[in-house]
Amino acid sequence: MRLPSLKTNVDSNQSVVVTKQKLTQKSFVTNLGDYLMEKLFLVLGTLAIFILLLIVGFLFREGSDAIREVGISEFIFGQSWYPSSSDPRYGALPFIISSVMVTVGALLLAVPWGIFTAIFISEIAPKRLKEMLKPVVEVFAIFPSVVLGFIALIVISPIVANVFNLSNGLTAITASVILSVMALPTIISIAEDSLNSVPSDFKEGAYALGATKWEVIKDISLPAAKSGIIAAVMLGFGRAVGETMTVLMAAGNAIDMPVQQLLGLTIPDFLTSVRTLTANIAIEGSDVAWGSLHYSALFVVGMILFVITFIVNLIADLLINRQRGALRND
Amino acid sequence: MAIKEAEPIQIDVREQFQPYFEGDVKKVFQVEELSLWYGSNQALKDISFDIKEKQVTAIIGPSGCGKSTFLKTLNRMVELNTNVKTSGSIVYHDIDIFDPSVNLVELRSAIGMVFQKPNPFAKSIFDNVAFGPKIHGVRNKKKLKEVVESSLKRVGLWDEVKDRLNESALSLSGGQQQRLCIARCLAVEPEVILMDEPTSALDPISSAKIEHLIEELKELYSIVVVTHNMQQAARISDHTAFFLHGELIEYNRTDRMFSNPQDQRTKDYVSGRFG
Amino acid sequence: MTNAALIKKKRNVQLMWVTICATFAVITVGTLAFLFYWIIVGGAEVISWSFITQMPEQNMTAGGIWPALVGTIYVSLLTIAISVPLGIGAAIYLNEYAKQGRLVRLIRLSIRNLSGVPSIVYGLFGLGLFAATFGFGRSLIAAALTLAIMVLPWVITGAEEALKAVPRSFREGGLALGATKWQTIRQLVLPSAIPGMATGAILGLARAAGETAPIILTGAAYFLPIIPHDIKEQFMALPYHLYILATQHSETATVRPIAYGTALVLIILVILLNSVAIFIRNYYRRKNELL
Repeated sequence: MRLPSLKTNVDSNQSVVVTKQKLTQKSFVTNLGDYLMEKLFLVLGTLAIFILLLIVGFLFREGSDAIREVGISEFIFGQSWYPSSSDPRYGALPFIISSVMVTVGALLLAVPWGIFTAIFISEIAPKRLKEMLKPVVEVFAIFPSVVLGFIALIVISPIVANVFNLSNGLTAITASVILSVMALPTIISIAEDSLNSVPSDFKEGAYALGATKWEVIKDISLPAAKSGIIAAVMLGFGRAVGETMTVLMAAGNAIDMPVQQLLGLTIPDFLTSVRTLTANIAIEGSDVAWGSLHYSALFVVGMILFVITFIVNLIADLLINRQRGALRND
Repeated sequence: MAIKEAEPIQIDVREQFQPYFEGDVKKVFQVEELSLWYGSNQALKDISFDIKEKQVTAIIGPSGCGKSTFLKTLNRMVELNTNVKTSGSIVYHDIDIFDPSVNLVELRSAIGMVFQKPNPFAKSIFDNVAFGPKIHGVRNKKKLKEVVESSLKRVGLWDEVKDRLNESALSLSGGQQQRLCIARCLAVEPEVILMDEPTSALDPISSAKIEHLIEELKELYSIVVVTHNMQQAARISDHTAFFLHGELIEYNRTDRMFSNPQDQRTKDYVSGRFG
Repeated sequence: MTNAALIKKKRNVQLMWVTICATFAVITVGTLAFLFYWIIVGGAEVISWSFITQMPEQNMTAGGIWPALVGTIYVSLLTIAISVPLGIGAAIYLNEYAKQGRLVRLIRLSIRNLSGVPSIVYGLFGLGLFAATFGFGRSLIAAALTLAIMVLPWVITGAEEALKAVPRSFREGGLALGATKWQTIRQLVLPSAIPGMATGAILGLARAAGETAPIILTGAAYFLPIIPHDIKEQFMALPYHLYILATQHSETATVRPIAYGTALVLIILVILLNSVAIFIRNYYRRKNELL
């Protein structure tokens, strides 16, 4: 008669004994170790969320004094910034306009530059040339911004002064030119990624119908990569508007409204010295008295900057996801 | 307990009249109404059968039929995929392996696994085999050496590698790597060995060595082997289960399965009409 | 229009656009070449062993950049020492433990957003939290903590890529032998991921070394011709030194050669770090391909 046995090593030289008890017993030490590690990694994993919340909360906390005393509308619409006068003013509008001006100017240069370069790398260049061009773009991205600011100062600014016949070449347009170099690698690499992610069968179909290479790029690749390319522009905007050192060194940092009157209209003046949101924090943040109203006001400027970049990056993010989703569904 | 108290019948009589014998050999797994879903996709449908102890059970079927999924369910490796749901039970030593009290570490120590593509770790040959014993608490160097030596001997790899135990396991040939993986699995002293198409990535000579090894190993271990190669199933297994579209179509002794399949679909498959 | 004429027109249009694209690509390469040329030509005149190893003298109009170089190395190493363990931990969670779902989406959204936060905002945050609230003052540690948070998104992304490159079969093999999840990660996954993680860490180091805006607010000193002995001291740093020499110094024309030299040393440092990172990555990639 054979009885069901829990032991398996009836007649073998093996020492395995598997039992129900063994299968269900849990080693306390091993389990505790694994449990603690899992919790530790959970905490580290969620760190990014906490840091983001901490930054937002902290900007708000430190800025709340100034918002209470000055009012948020004065910050956004006030045209003069005199933090150390006896009657201090905290109007950040000149900085906001300067930031937007300098950034838009940079994109006017960097967008065609970056997108045409991306098209060349992704669609036109032969494979070996492509392999050589990609590192070039990567090297751009590692250039310290302070070095580019230095170049702007000693190379671009004299040229600007000469061409426009100015006494001082440190202007919004000088900053725009050097910022376009800063935004370039972001725009090229994101645009190139989205062009590369256009499925090749889209293109092959068009080639099969006798389209030329340029027609395929224009009618197939670019439309399919549209969201990604717009995202590239948005990310380039976010990169440029948040950039500090190059504009700090190239834009001259005057605190007046960067506008001029032309035929009764108020238009931005690119040939004047400007101070951006980022530059203002860098200039005043290094020697401001902690806890003063001025200190608090700088956090409001930081908040404005944070909100601008947050929105721009969020839109870029949505666009990138949309392109991914659209290409996946097709 | 489904195990009957067997009558004292002559062996040859059993062979003649019974498709297979409940009381003849003990079961190692008792699969009951097992269903499995990946998300909303049902991969296994209502599988019920017993897997015999110290026998080779082959799982065959066309690709995508759920045979690999089934194998990975036996040691719950299938749960590494996201969104896996199961119903039904797999009884192993009186306990349903899906029971919350089951310790996965112990379960997987008792039920070893060999994968389709040899997957030695990026460590030395010695450390590959010693990995299992080490994580299960063997610290004694001498004991480790013994385990490594005996495991490698059992898979017939000892003579080939004994002078280069400290070299990277990745320097071995494909067939040697797969035997190393089997040795690595034996070093943990399992009771069951699951093999997921263990020879499909190997050349014919290495495959033959592995097949020979499987036949030796069944003296000591219960072996479940998934294969897409019907000749291999016929050569090495005692029992065969045929899966199709997530269902168990037929389960029988291998000789009967191939000589006299009961189901038309099995007949079509083993005669090579599809798959 | 005849067929031949149409084809010719098409070809001309294509030629025009391809030429435009190629021109911009040439401008890109040309700009980079120009940047290097300018800095190398300007910096090569002053750069020497003594320039690197001497203290600045006579109100920075003479002497070298030693404390700025050391300060940059200190703050970058400290940054990496803080951010790498945190970043690797976060990457392990995301790649090994987390199940896809709302939490993971939220974490990834946060990481992407953090990588878009302007560096000067990190500086402001570091100034308020580490320097003022924690009482570290403007110091090496306040600057390093600030930079650590700033490079964290990149460190996490780099570490995650390294983990993704580890074959799934290592994890399966480990778990199938009855190893626990943590045993599998520590003994099988991490050893294979270390080269990739080192690459990410060095890239983060390069980024921290080149960054200026956050350290202006949190700890860089205008002129401090000593090597910091304590993490609560202020420090000089190469990028800030360049900024000072270029724009803030009373005799900018006199110190211009030193500014060029500083820029060249900074560029060399950053490129050296990046090259090491890429070398490690390629070396192990090739090694893995051979296996």
